[in-house]
Amino acid sequence: MSGSFVADSPQVSSFPTRDRGIGYWRNLDWLLLISAIALTFFGSVLVWSASRADLASETDPQSYLKRHLINIAIALVLGYIASRLNYRWLRAYTPVLYGASLVLLLLPFVPGLGTTIAGARAWISLPGGFTIQPSEFAKIAVILMIAALLSERRDVEEEPTTRDILWSMVSGAAPIAIILVQNDTGTVLVMGAIVLSLIAVSGAPTKWVIGLIGGAVISIMVAIQLGLLKEYQVQRLTSFINPGDDLGSAAYNANQARIAIGGGGVQGYGLFAGPQTQGKFVPVNESDFIFTVVGEELGFVGAALLIVLLAVILWRAAMIAWRADDMYGRLVATGVLAWFAFQSFENIGMTLGIMPITGIPLPFVSAGGTSMMSTWIAIGLLQTVRLHAASDSRI
Amino acid sequence: MSERSNLRLLVLGVLVISLLGTMLARLFYLQVLEGSEYRAAAVNNTVREVVEPAVRGLVVDQAGRPLISNRTSLVVTVDRLALQREDDKGEAVIARLANILDLPQENIADRLKTCGSEGAKPPPVCWNGSPYQPIPIASDVQAQTALTIMEKRSDFPGVNAKLSAIREYPAPFNVNAAHILGYLGPVTEEQLTEQGDSERWDRLRRTDVVGRSGVEDFYDTQLRGKPGVTTLAVDTAGRVTGTLEEMAPKSGDYLVSSIDAHLQSVVEKELVGAVQRAQRQGFAGDSAAAVVLDVRNGNVLAMASYPTYDPSIWVGGVTQKQFNSLMESDSLASNAIQGLFAPGSTYKVVSTAAAGREGYTLYGDYNCPKKVTLGTQTFRNYESAGYGRIPLSRALEVSCNTVFYGIANRMWEQAGGSDATRSSADPIAETATLFGFGARTGIDLPGESRGRVSGREFKATNWEAQKDTWCKNAVEGYPETRKTDKKLADYFTALDKENCADGFRWREGDALNAAIGQGDTIVTPLQMAVAYAAIANGGTVYQPRVVKAIVDSEGRTVEKFEPKVNSQLDVPRSTINFLRRTLPGVTTDGSGKDPFIGFPLDQIPVASKTGSAQVTGDKVSTSWFASYAPADKPRYAVVMMVTQGGTGSKTSGPGVRKIYEALFGVKGSSIDPSRSVLVDGVPSKKLPTIRPDGTPVIPRGDQSGFPEQAGAGS
Repeated sequence: MSGSFVADSPQVSSFPTRDRGIGYWRNLDWLLLISAIALTFFGSVLVWSASRADLASETDPQSYLKRHLINIAIALVLGYIASRLNYRWLRAYTPVLYGASLVLLLLPFVPGLGTTIAGARAWISLPGGFTIQPSEFAKIAVILMIAALLSERRDVEEEPTTRDILWSMVSGAAPIAIILVQNDTGTVLVMGAIVLSLIAVSGAPTKWVIGLIGGAVISIMVAIQLGLLKEYQVQRLTSFINPGDDLGSAAYNANQARIAIGGGGVQGYGLFAGPQTQGKFVPVNESDFIFTVVGEELGFVGAALLIVLLAVILWRAAMIAWRADDMYGRLVATGVLAWFAFQSFENIGMTLGIMPITGIPLPFVSAGGTSMMSTWIAIGLLQTVRLHAASDSRI
Repeated sequence: MSERSNLRLLVLGVLVISLLGTMLARLFYLQVLEGSEYRAAAVNNTVREVVEPAVRGLVVDQAGRPLISNRTSLVVTVDRLALQREDDKGEAVIARLANILDLPQENIADRLKTCGSEGAKPPPVCWNGSPYQPIPIASDVQAQTALTIMEKRSDFPGVNAKLSAIREYPAPFNVNAAHILGYLGPVTEEQLTEQGDSERWDRLRRTDVVGRSGVEDFYDTQLRGKPGVTTLAVDTAGRVTGTLEEMAPKSGDYLVSSIDAHLQSVVEKELVGAVQRAQRQGFAGDSAAAVVLDVRNGNVLAMASYPTYDPSIWVGGVTQKQFNSLMESDSLASNAIQGLFAPGSTYKVVSTAAAGREGYTLYGDYNCPKKVTLGTQTFRNYESAGYGRIPLSRALEVSCNTVFYGIANRMWEQAGGSDATRSSADPIAETATLFGFGARTGIDLPGESRGRVSGREFKATNWEAQKDTWCKNAVEGYPETRKTDKKLADYFTALDKENCADGFRWREGDALNAAIGQGDTIVTPLQMAVAYAAIANGGTVYQPRVVKAIVDSEGRTVEKFEPKVNSQLDVPRSTINFLRRTLPGVTTDGSGKDPFIGFPLDQIPVASKTGSAQVTGDKVSTSWFASYAPADKPRYAVVMMVTQGGTGSKTSGPGVRKIYEALFGVKGSSIDPSRSVLVDGVPSKKLPTIRPDGTPVIPRGDQSGFPEQAGAGS
């Protein structure tokens, strides 16, 4: 009886899924995808090496790695979903996403929800020991919001109006202010770089760009002078200048990080064999200081490979921005490019002693679920921009 | 898209490239150009541990009275590294310290030298701990002295006065219990080797003290707790560069003993009394032991050994003189669990059980002549008394040896007599093994003896071990002895010749001796108590224990030990019932009667068996009194013995009576359970309460065991 129903229903969907499917896979930026996957799994080996030393006495020294791999799986799914998003839909819902991210950013201040890690009250604690860092999602929201604001009138005018620029600055300043109160200095610097890059690439008048750069520099100096930053923040920011002077904790971290990387030499000590890494001399080396693990255990060869993989990703992001067929796409790609570039430079730079010590993760590499997810959503957005340009050029 | 946007994107691209280039260049500089320098720095980067020992757990008795506690002592410590930083390497500080502590200056200097360094004295004078650890140089310092040091910080850099815990024995009711409690000593080289190169933070360290005997040793891990460890990163110059890890110390767990301090003090007093009784009879009474067991679970309620020592002499290190005197008096070993003694007639319960297992009639009459002659040997009754044909129960009551000789002889013949082999039947030895003789009881104390059950198996293995010596001596004929005493040499030679030829054989004489607990059988007093407790409770051989629970320093139960059964006696129910019906008669009408005259046996019947074991070399027999009560509803087993003590009834019996009086609250012939030394008249079922601050709640008033103190809350 039931067999007849099956035979009777050859209803083929009129929706052109097949066509779009082939286009999707063919037009994907494969080099970007492969580099990003390679860097992610490279990172998980480093997380493994760093965390097993901490967990050596536990029953399962691999437990941290397992959690990291689960985070990666979730991040890959989110990235795929982002790459499948409709351009128009994305633009339409950007204000909603932006608003939601602001609310999320405020949640760490709710008693019982917020968690302070390394002096920054920037985490939401979830049951089961999981934490979310909303500022990671805020980066995406800010990129999408400012991209939308600055590309609205592209067809009529050559450059964004003062009104657009002011609105963009307000959109960037709101989350930056919240993150500043959360004491997350590193993220503030990265957000600033993102906002600045977006306004610059949008074609804003040069006076604006120069004014903004000057303003940023002055506000950093004023903040230090007026003691707006807490002492440890200043110490962190300045300890990289004279690391030998004081062996306080910030300088200690910087010193140990450089001993680890320098000691790695050309070849490194070998995976799981770095004395600084396995001896836990370098703090949080599964997250903020993860670059010391590759530096010490895999040497210049491994560390340079990591930077090259990053460079490929940045190059692909720049190319996607260059070839974007509209200002919105270009700005989204530019935002991701600036984010990855400055955050990586700040993170790696602090372990090399050329940047102040702040608590931000290395994209793709560091342990930390929220960071991994937002990073992969950004990769998905880059693919969307590229797919949009490709589908247009075919018509 | 506008030209301007394109240009800006290009600029951003160039900026990103320069950032990447900067990172690669810096990386190249650090790793390739300066790599070797940093590698050296990494090697010199080392960790140091600063260890704060955990407070060792307390040992409390069954009512909560502390048997071992900690006392705080003001200890002055010196940080060597701080002294090194002084211009004169701290000499002035040491001089000031010597003055204020009233110690010779070189004394302090010696304490500050690490063992093995130049000019260092041997341990324990030199410091064998970590150089980063403050070194204690004086303990029990006056508070005023400590205050002076702390106030004049600038005069005493690196010097600290702080309270630290040392072991104390509060001795409620002046109890001693040294052999149960044990003492602490420095960790041994073997223990350190045994744990290998463990990196665990709670590993044993060279500066640790560990239990060396008693429960301090057996439960060392639980009592020790976990030390607080701060791991510091230190550079080549010894400067601390950071803190890598901090672990707070965790206090050791508490032991709740099944011992009752009040009862224990009574038992100790009565044991000394028994020794004095022996000595008043003109006997040596050189060693003694007493055990009180709860027959329903194997808990040791009291256990005393004579001679004993003061456990507090070990605190702060025993002097050579004290140690020598301990060794001389032979008081370190516990006679109750380590001493091995011939059981004598107390062993007849084993022979009776063996007869029951072999199907001998327990209710028939047996011949009790004055003596039995076997070839050239004569086996006699005590004081050569003869009773004619008597029931077996009467034979137990009056402790007639010849009845048991007869039974043993029949068993020996049934097994094949002289033609029997090693594997032939050996009912008495077999039954003794069932009662737990010849094997450790498994008590939770270190160093327990196995004892030995004489029998075919023992003879055979002993011969295998000894035959080479015997045969060699038989040929050589004791040339050394021969020079002075030809007769003795001849005797030895003949003995060894016989032993060499057939020393493996279980001879008739061996069998007869074994039946009355003589010959090669030796037992510990604890084994005897366990065996009588098994008769009392109907056949359960318990593993005795002195610790019934472990609780943490805040009073939460960590582990409560359930009674552990070693075995169920494979002896017919009827035989055990026969013994339980017969043994009270020993106290009312037999060899155990005298010490219990006037005791309210009608209300608290006492089952007992005396023993007066002959020991080769000793002129006077070992006095045994093994018992349990109330015989109709058994609760306690009490065993007391004194070597070179005379008869069981005269020397040990009165002591056992006093112990029962204390247990049941007997005064004259009246019984009042409220007079019992046990709070509530019985061993407590509940665990004592430990307050959150770690102090145990102890019984009130007279029952506390301590002199009443004004304002004492408990």
